[in-house]
Amino acid sequence: MRTSYYFTGTALAILFLFPLVWSGWASVRTDTGFGLENYARLFSSANGIRPVHVLNSVIVSALTVAGTLVVSTFAGYAFGRFRFPGRNLLFLLTLAILMVPYATILIALYVLLGWLGLEDSLIGLSLVLIVFQLPFSVFMMRNSFEAVPIELEESARVDGCSSFGTLVRIMLPAVRPGLVTVGLFAFLSSWSEFFAPLILLNSTSKFTAIVAVVNMRTASHGSIDYAALEAGVVFMAVPCLVLFAFMQRSYVRGFTSGALKG
Amino acid sequence: MRRRAVSGALYATPAALLVGLFFVVPLLLVAWMSLHRWPLLGKPRFNAPANYTAIGDNALLRDAAWFTVQYTVLITVLLLAIAFGLALLVQNRRPGVGFFRTAFFLPMAVGFASASLLFLGLLSDEIGPVPSGGDSPALGSAVLLVLWRFAGFNMLILLTGLQAIPLDVYEAARIDGATRWQLFGRITVPLMRPTIALVLTMMITGSLLAFDQFWILTRGGPDNSTTSLVMVIYREAFVRLDLGSAAGISVVLLVLLAVVSSVQLAVLRRRSA
Repeated sequence: MRTSYYFTGTALAILFLFPLVWSGWASVRTDTGFGLENYARLFSSANGIRPVHVLNSVIVSALTVAGTLVVSTFAGYAFGRFRFPGRNLLFLLTLAILMVPYATILIALYVLLGWLGLEDSLIGLSLVLIVFQLPFSVFMMRNSFEAVPIELEESARVDGCSSFGTLVRIMLPAVRPGLVTVGLFAFLSSWSEFFAPLILLNSTSKFTAIVAVVNMRTASHGSIDYAALEAGVVFMAVPCLVLFAFMQRSYVRGFTSGALKG
Repeated sequence: MRRRAVSGALYATPAALLVGLFFVVPLLLVAWMSLHRWPLLGKPRFNAPANYTAIGDNALLRDAAWFTVQYTVLITVLLLAIAFGLALLVQNRRPGVGFFRTAFFLPMAVGFASASLLFLGLLSDEIGPVPSGGDSPALGSAVLLVLWRFAGFNMLILLTGLQAIPLDVYEAARIDGATRWQLFGRITVPLMRPTIALVLTMMITGSLLAFDQFWILTRGGPDNSTTSLVMVIYREAFVRLDLGSAAGISVVLLVLLAVVSSVQLAVLRRRSA
């Protein structure tokens, strides 16, 4: 029983880790041995990625993380601590975003962003990405605010703090674990998101890094430069893996609680 | 007290604006667009129900729908079996279990588009370590990719369901002489029904909306044999420049997904009966 557990577990772990290890190996493997030539080609070939694409990705991720944190903190505070007209309707509507996968409404978002003058715009893309983070992050932040003991808030109010002062000075430190999970999620999904930028960004100079890397594959009609593609995979995955390693605990915990309590 | 209500409403305003503008409006707009001839450039013109009647005549869409359904069944069966197996393997606290859980879940940290590129190389004849000998089956490579990337994620959700089953239920059944298979069939599966329903719904909706894996791995080929529904929507909109037709297909897909979600809700409700 014991040995079969370790044997099966180890064999499966190797199977699951193998593709990751292989892509790292393939990305530094060259004709003559090992080196960074594949990475050089990734950044220099005709359809390859450019520093501007990485910058675009950083901008989109930063806007999405910041926007998601601000909006879901305020909304979580409102849902967790206040009663106001339309509260339940808005909460249900926010959760309903989960039920409507955005692939089906992206065509309409494309037209809508055009009307708003936000076509082919990193800001427009970030707004859309924020909205699709909201169900999880608002839910998470509402739970975090509800978990803060009410006495803490009342003593602040007795001391003459406004509701905003209470939020900044008392509540924010108390809900920090929730903020970390929400921010991490927003980063991972905005950094790797492919379909939304593919639809909403038109000009090559606006592409995010992942769209540019995929473009290397789809724009080539002849042979594909697989080795440079694997360099692209590693380049995209490293920030996520590093963050993941640092925050695995809150990530996994946030994932399961958020997925199940819904 | 009224001041509290006003402050609360103010704090909720940014979320309300975003949800209204970028969720409710597009939802109405996609339905509205589906009633029009809506070229990518140029003026829309009312033409209902042409976009819907055209769906029946669209041969590519018919093939894509059939392919997407086959793919969905295949993924759902395999992914549920593997994720459940993994969850059973790592459900007890034993030395090394944390490492196993992390190893199975780690692929989730790689973006899905990146993972598709990874498998494109991994399964290629040029640099892949497993030479597949000429044309590798296009569907098979996409299935492998999805199993690799999502098994650990679904394992984690099933694990929380497994751990919610009280241990004394198993003890009582074991004292009554139940075999391991009986424990699994009579206790684990029935008590896990809400969690299984949740996981199944995510697998089904996710597979019906498949895009990245086929766009990147197979480009829909060979001969459009791996073209998914969302790829047809993309093609209607940005290759044939007919947004109205794309919106019509989107609405049908939306209704289909709403049905799947409500079936899930029904299953979830029945558990208390």
